[in-house]
Amino acid sequence: MMELEQATAPPAPARSNAMIAVSGLRKTIGTQEILRGIDLRVERGETLAIIGRSGGGKSVLLKHIIGLMQPDGGQIEVDGQEIIGLTERQLAAIRQKVGILFQGAALFDSMTVAENVAFPLREAGERDAKVLREKVREMLDVVELEGQEDKMPVSLSGGMKKRVGLARSIIRRPSCVLYDEPTSGLDPVVSDSINRLIMRLQERFGMTSIVVTHDMKSAFQVANHIAYLHEGRIYFHGSSEELQQTTDPILQDFLLGRSESQPDL
Amino acid sequence: MVRLFSAVGRTFLSSCQYMGEIVLLAVDTFRSLFTHRLRWKLFLNQIVEIGLLSQLVVVITGGFTGAVFAAQTYFQFSKLGIGSGVGAVVSVSLCRELGPVLTALMVTGRVGAAMSAEIGTMKVTEPIDALRALAVYAVDYLVVPRTLAMMISMPLLVCECIAFGIFAGYLIAIYLLEVNGPYYVANMVRWTGMRDIIMGLTKGFCFAILIVFISCHKGLTAREGAVGVGKATTEAVVNSSLAVLIFNFFLTMFLNIIFPAGYQ
Repeated sequence: MMELEQATAPPAPARSNAMIAVSGLRKTIGTQEILRGIDLRVERGETLAIIGRSGGGKSVLLKHIIGLMQPDGGQIEVDGQEIIGLTERQLAAIRQKVGILFQGAALFDSMTVAENVAFPLREAGERDAKVLREKVREMLDVVELEGQEDKMPVSLSGGMKKRVGLARSIIRRPSCVLYDEPTSGLDPVVSDSINRLIMRLQERFGMTSIVVTHDMKSAFQVANHIAYLHEGRIYFHGSSEELQQTTDPILQDFLLGRSESQPDL
Repeated sequence: MVRLFSAVGRTFLSSCQYMGEIVLLAVDTFRSLFTHRLRWKLFLNQIVEIGLLSQLVVVITGGFTGAVFAAQTYFQFSKLGIGSGVGAVVSVSLCRELGPVLTALMVTGRVGAAMSAEIGTMKVTEPIDALRALAVYAVDYLVVPRTLAMMISMPLLVCECIAFGIFAGYLIAIYLLEVNGPYYVANMVRWTGMRDIIMGLTKGFCFAILIVFISCHKGLTAREGAVGVGKATTEAVVNSSLAVLIFNFFLTMFLNIIFPAGYQ
């Protein structure tokens, strides 16, 4: 049954079994209140798509989950551990469990594809060149970029950059992967290949995934559950089928791309 | 009047906050330097970037400063009949003041600006977030190798600047201004002591710390895209240069107690 999550969802209990549990998360940037009390649970192995309008705080929410931003209030648990208030060094242990694919892939442009992908392993202390080469080759096979090891990021297309970014984020086999607009700026065919890649990773490694997107096709294709972020709160959290059957005017406006009743952001 | 006090108060508080942030960055960096592994490859890259590639600039600066200083000093001293004293003045001035300060200003322009721009660009695009997300502490990866490379390179660059300044001063005095060579060298050796060299190296080391933390801090706090990076780079150069000049005064007064100037 579809519902307004903000009114009915209980706050995530402490020490929950969820992979990610967010409760009462608030964040103001400048004078704009971006997040106004987010409550969200993501179960292990689930793929959740967070949808919402551009500038609505989806990426901000994602950055909070991995500790890249500090909230003004609320709680975030990752794998049962509260992360608010941890130092950067304490967060390192959490970040080994959670990978993130940035919107622009965030590759290190002075390194080759192979060096980018191997970076997390090198930083973890792996020095054996043979092991590194094999792991990189395996990851590039997974993201269908065989033989691209020696290319520089500047010579890659947008889709290839995202694949390299994804290979880098999963090379240490995190329990959870966060995708920030994985298909933005890509043509429909490449977008579809990225969506299939996300699904394949989920099947192969059983990772929990959170996909932030405003691409509805992508959301319906990859996610078990969808959460709609509206005016700083989770307005809807349910299955893809529930969202498709909704009669709620705000959700329908978003699904059908109608702008008449929506304020400009 | 209230507005004036309010503006002064705000400026004072923001200055205190700024200096506090730099001190915290320094504390964090030194803690990391002694407690976490050093990334040798990055450190050696920085040694090349800071130490090796700055040499030409420093040599030219030192050489021409020494040459012009020798000439100007000779023009004054020759009227008093003490032209052979030029060597001592050039040598002591370069060791105690001109060498470290000019090297610091040149390194600020060449290296400080590059540090700020590079780290700032990484900040406003996503690579610093990517580093953090990959469980790499940005200070360990970006600031520690630069700090260590600066602390090692700067005293050596100061030495180079002083040496080329003295050498150029010698050439100008002896071959162009026809000062008596043995007297020139004897005066220089007599009036220049180890204390002057140590003072120059100490200053170089202190300026290295000032430049690296001011520049890295500006990079790490850069905002608002390309404009923000440009602003951070400009501020890094201006603030580092001012800090070098201001700190130089206090350092001179302090070090002069330990290493007093003049013939002992």
